[in-house]
Amino acid sequence: MNKRKLLAGPYMVWAAGFIILPLLIVLYYGLTNADGGFSFANFIAITDPMHLKALGESLLIAFGSTVISLVVAYPLAYILSKMQGGKSGIIIMMFILPMWINFMLRVLALQMILSNNGLLNALLGFLHLPLQHIMYSKTAILIGMTYDYLPFMILPIYNAMCKIDRDLLDAAADLGAGRLQSFRRIIIPLSLPGVISGIIMVFIPSISEFAIADILGGSKILLIGNVIEQEFSLSSNWNLGSGLSIVLMIFIFISMAIMNRTETDEEGTSV
Amino acid sequence: MHLSKNLIDLVDITKSWDGTCVLDELNLSIKENEFLTLLGPSGCGKSTTLRILGGFVTPDKGRVIFDGEDITSLPPNKRNLNTVFQKYALFPHMTVEENIAFGLKISGKSDAYIKDKIQYALKLVNLDGYEKRKPTLLSGGQQQRIAIARAIVNEPKVLLLDEPLGALDLKLRQDMQYELIRLKNELGITFIYVTHDQEEALTMSDTVVVMNQGYIQQMGTPEQIYNEPENAFVADFIGDSNIIDATMIQDELVEILGVKFPCVDSGFGNNKPVDVVIRPEDLILGTPGTGRMDGTVTHVIFKGVHYEMEVMANGFEWLVQSTKAFPVGTEVSLDVDPYNIQIMNKPASEDEKAVAIDE
Ligand SMILES: Nc1ncnc2c1ncn2[C@@H]1O[C@H](COP(=O)(O)OP(=O)(O)OP(=O)(O)O)[C@@H](O)[C@H]1O
Ligand SMILES: [Mg+2]
Repeated sequence: MNKRKLLAGPYMVWAAGFIILPLLIVLYYGLTNADGGFSFANFIAITDPMHLKALGESLLIAFGSTVISLVVAYPLAYILSKMQGGKSGIIIMMFILPMWINFMLRVLALQMILSNNGLLNALLGFLHLPLQHIMYSKTAILIGMTYDYLPFMILPIYNAMCKIDRDLLDAAADLGAGRLQSFRRIIIPLSLPGVISGIIMVFIPSISEFAIADILGGSKILLIGNVIEQEFSLSSNWNLGSGLSIVLMIFIFISMAIMNRTETDEEGTSV
Repeated sequence: MHLSKNLIDLVDITKSWDGTCVLDELNLSIKENEFLTLLGPSGCGKSTTLRILGGFVTPDKGRVIFDGEDITSLPPNKRNLNTVFQKYALFPHMTVEENIAFGLKISGKSDAYIKDKIQYALKLVNLDGYEKRKPTLLSGGQQQRIAIARAIVNEPKVLLLDEPLGALDLKLRQDMQYELIRLKNELGITFIYVTHDQEEALTMSDTVVVMNQGYIQQMGTPEQIYNEPENAFVADFIGDSNIIDATMIQDELVEILGVKFPCVDSGFGNNKPVDVVIRPEDLILGTPGTGRMDGTVTHVIFKGVHYEMEVMANGFEWLVQSTKAFPVGTEVSLDVDPYNIQIMNKPASEDEKAVAIDE
């Protein structure tokens, strides 16, 4: 027992140094003004119309990319989980493989594809279809985020579906359920924990995302992540940046709490 | 017991998995209200047979006739039978009550009817008061009974049970055996039961079907299977027994290990090699010289109801059960009453070891 505690020691030090301490620093900056005096102004700054708009845009885009990911990932995960042996593994690999490439490179590659004289328009031109000006728009950001976070939606749902015992589907059929009813009454509720993890894993990083907005949005569209980043880098206003970060964190905690609530409601004893 | 017309006929059922033949032209008829047990060693095709009945597996060849109708290609949800799965397969996200109501809700029964049925079924399996529990929090025996309740509320004509007591301990298993027999009599439906436990099969069934390697070895009442096994496989599988090479000298006389024994069987021909089965409890021990052969006790084990001994006589290690113990090393005589000698034809070849009785 003691040995185990000892083994956890390095992690404790790491956690204290790289998680707790930075959080405390952020909290300190957030609660003080430029002169070091105590102040709530940095929190209240979220009500600034520009900040509110950025937060609204962030929520909207995060929500959009979560919904699109879910709509794409759920049927895909279902089909994959029904596949025999090796085949599904290869397709899952295809979704994971891009994750091994640097995040920036992936976004830049997407920029190449979406830009006015990029791959997409070359293809559209070839097919004599109207060209699209997607770059530097919300659509571009939405596509970027969905592309980047889709695997995080597929994997937990796929795992949850693979865990569903085939016997349960046989039992449902035995009791008179057709395919649709089995899907609705067995597969959907039993894959729900995977859906919830997927939503959390896509929604939370999307809401604070700024790099994708920078590159694909061309700084035209300001998300709350961009605002915070600019306060730290350009304006060097660490106090305001910290205050807004904390507000964003509170938002994330609230959404997580709501998600967890739904999960226990639907699933009772599930872990 | 009132057994009437055939309810189910399996006709020439053949099934292979990955090129290996699991069932080979199996023919089997099941009567209304029958308690029929498929008995056989692991991998002999019992579950496959049951899954073909349930509609989860489609046979490569052959037909499944149910109540005069060909249901071979009917999906499980359209069949008027229900299955109790080996691993229960209770829905983990539903309460006990929701599990039991599943089939009824799908068939569109009224709430009041469903409520009544749940109460009735839970009483039947002695679990009233468990409506709101989650099945994952129940014991194996309780989950088992919920699985049975979930199946029977749909009032199927046939209940298929795949080793339903396999996961339970001995005591609970025996209790559940009685429960199942009671249930069957109360419901008046056909039970098709799969087990590899010969004692369970003999205790519960009207008819036992002994299977091996995809063939039916013998089909009959428990008494027939136990007392008159048709071949060495059945004799061996159904319980401890002495199976010996012997020669049928003439009708009602068999030579076993060089000694002539009178018996009651005839019609095997003269000087024909046969297999002989003698149950351990049918061997009579006495003082040397009083029986048909003499031997020496080599092992004694106390088994509770009786002693089990091994006796070396005429080059064969005889398994003997007796209420009287003879210490190791004692000289004893062995004898057996003529009607306790069961004569069986020897299989002509390896293939024929798996003779199907339907031929
Ligand atoms: N879905 C399947 N795919 C491939 N092979 C299978 C499948 N189901 C069964 N088999 C094979 O068929 C044979 C018979 O299986 P079955 O499940 O009918 O045996 P069983 O008599 O029920 O045995 P047990 O007592 O172990 O349950 C086994 O060799 C098994 O490996
Ligand atoms: Mg089986």
